[in-house]
Amino acid sequence: MLSKRIIPCLDVKDGRTVKGVNFVDLRDAGDPVELAAQYAEQGADELVFLDITATHERRKTMIEMVKSVARQLNIPFTIGGGITEIADAEALLNAGADKISINSAAVRNPQLIEELAKAFGVQFVVLAVDTKHIDGKNMVHLNGGRLITELETEVWIKQAENLGAGEILLTSMDHDGTKAGFDCGLLGSVNQMINIPIIASGGAGSMDHFTEVFQKANVDAALAASVFHYGEILIPDLKRELKRNKIPVRI
Amino acid sequence: MIGIVNYGAGNIFSLTAALERLALNYGMVNTEADLATYSHIIIPGVGHAGAAMEKLKHTGLIPAIKALNKPVLGICVGMQLITEHSEEGDAPLLDIVPLKTRKFDKLLNIKIPHMGWNAVNHKNNSLFEGVEENAQFYFVHSYFIEYNPTFDIASANYGLKFSAAVQKDNFYGVQFHPEKSGKAGEQILKNFSNLS
Repeated sequence: MLSKRIIPCLDVKDGRTVKGVNFVDLRDAGDPVELAAQYAEQGADELVFLDITATHERRKTMIEMVKSVARQLNIPFTIGGGITEIADAEALLNAGADKISINSAAVRNPQLIEELAKAFGVQFVVLAVDTKHIDGKNMVHLNGGRLITELETEVWIKQAENLGAGEILLTSMDHDGTKAGFDCGLLGSVNQMINIPIIASGGAGSMDHFTEVFQKANVDAALAASVFHYGEILIPDLKRELKRNKIPVRI
Repeated sequence: MIGIVNYGAGNIFSLTAALERLALNYGMVNTEADLATYSHIIIPGVGHAGAAMEKLKHTGLIPAIKALNKPVLGICVGMQLITEHSEEGDAPLLDIVPLKTRKFDKLLNIKIPHMGWNAVNHKNNSLFEGVEENAQFYFVHSYFIEYNPTFDIASANYGLKFSAAVQKDNFYGVQFHPEKSGKAGEQILKNFSNLS
C-alpha cells in the first residue's frame, strides 16, 4: 500500500533557509543541507525547497544548494521558485532535484507544463497552485496570493493534468497561516476530479489537521512549514498519531 | 568497484551521491572495455523505457551487457530494460528476464504515476539482507513489471500485486529508487556491492 506523505517546506533565499527554525540541536539553522538531513532523519518523506531569491544571481546559488542537498539527502526533494524555462529545470535535474514545481510561469505559459513533461517525464513536474475563494468561486492567485488571475482553480488544475502535470501542490491562501486546518472541502473536490497525486498545503496547525485532511480529502500528501520548523509538531509524533488513526504512513 | 552504464537516460547525480555516502567506489561505463574493469554494473534509468532502450542501443553495449556474468543491477527504467518488452512505446527490450513491463491501469482506481513510499514484501534474497519485512521504498513509475513467482524477489501492491524486484542469475532489477529510499535503500546498494 502507498503511504501518505508528510512534506516539510523550506523557504530559501540566497542559498540559506529563512523563517525561524528552532531545532535545538541544529548548529546552523540557516543551512539548508543540515536542516534537510535533520528532517530526513526525523522521518520526513520528501522535502520541498522554495526559492524566494529575487536577484539575478539566483540560479547559480540555487544549483549549488541543490547539489549539496542531493549529496546529503537520501529522500526525494522538489525545488520551486523562479523556474520559467526548460533550461532552468534541466539544470536542477542534473544537480539532483527529483521534481520541480512551477506556478506563475505555467499560468503565463501553460505549454511549459507540456514541454517539461515531454522533456523529463510527468513525474518531474509539480504544478503549484495558490487559490483563494472569491465571490463563490475558487480563483488562482499569483505572487503569494496578491495577484488574482482569471483562472478558476478547478479548471486550471484539470487543464494542467491534461497538459502533463504529474502532481498538484494546492495551497489555500484563505487557510495559509491561520493554523486552523487545511481546506478539506476544496482539496477533496479537486482530488475527486484528477488522477494524479495531490499535496495539501495551507492551514496546518495541529496533528489533528493532518489526520483530518487525509481522512476527509484523501489527499496523497500534506505539506507544512512553520509547525515543523518551530518544533510545534514533531514528525515522529505525527506519524505515530496518523498510524493510530489507521492512515498508512512510513515509520 | 561499481560501473554505471552511462547511456544518457536520466540524471545519475542522486545515484552517485548515494554511492559516495556509502563510500562505495564507482566509475562510468562508456565502452565495452569499461564493462570488464568493474566488478559490479548498475543500469540506471528514468523516463520513457522505449526511448531509454534506443539510447542504450546507440552505445553498442547491448551484446556485451547481455553476456555479463558479474552482478548487474537495473534501477527503475533500468530494471524494466532487462525485461522482454514494455508497453511504453511498444518496445522490445533486452529480454534477459522473460517478463513484460505493463502500464498501470487507472481502472484499478489508482493514481498514476505510482509515486511515493510503498511497503515491499521481499523473499529471502541476498539483495534484501538486513532489510526489514514490509520496509518502505520510494517508487516513481507509471509502468510496472508483472508479478512472477519464478523471478520475483520482492513484490509490492498498488492496485495489483507487481514486481518490486526481480532476479535471474546475476541480473537483478529494482523498480524503486534505492538512492532515494532512506536507510532501507542504502542497505540494498550495500548488499548489491557485496554480491559475488
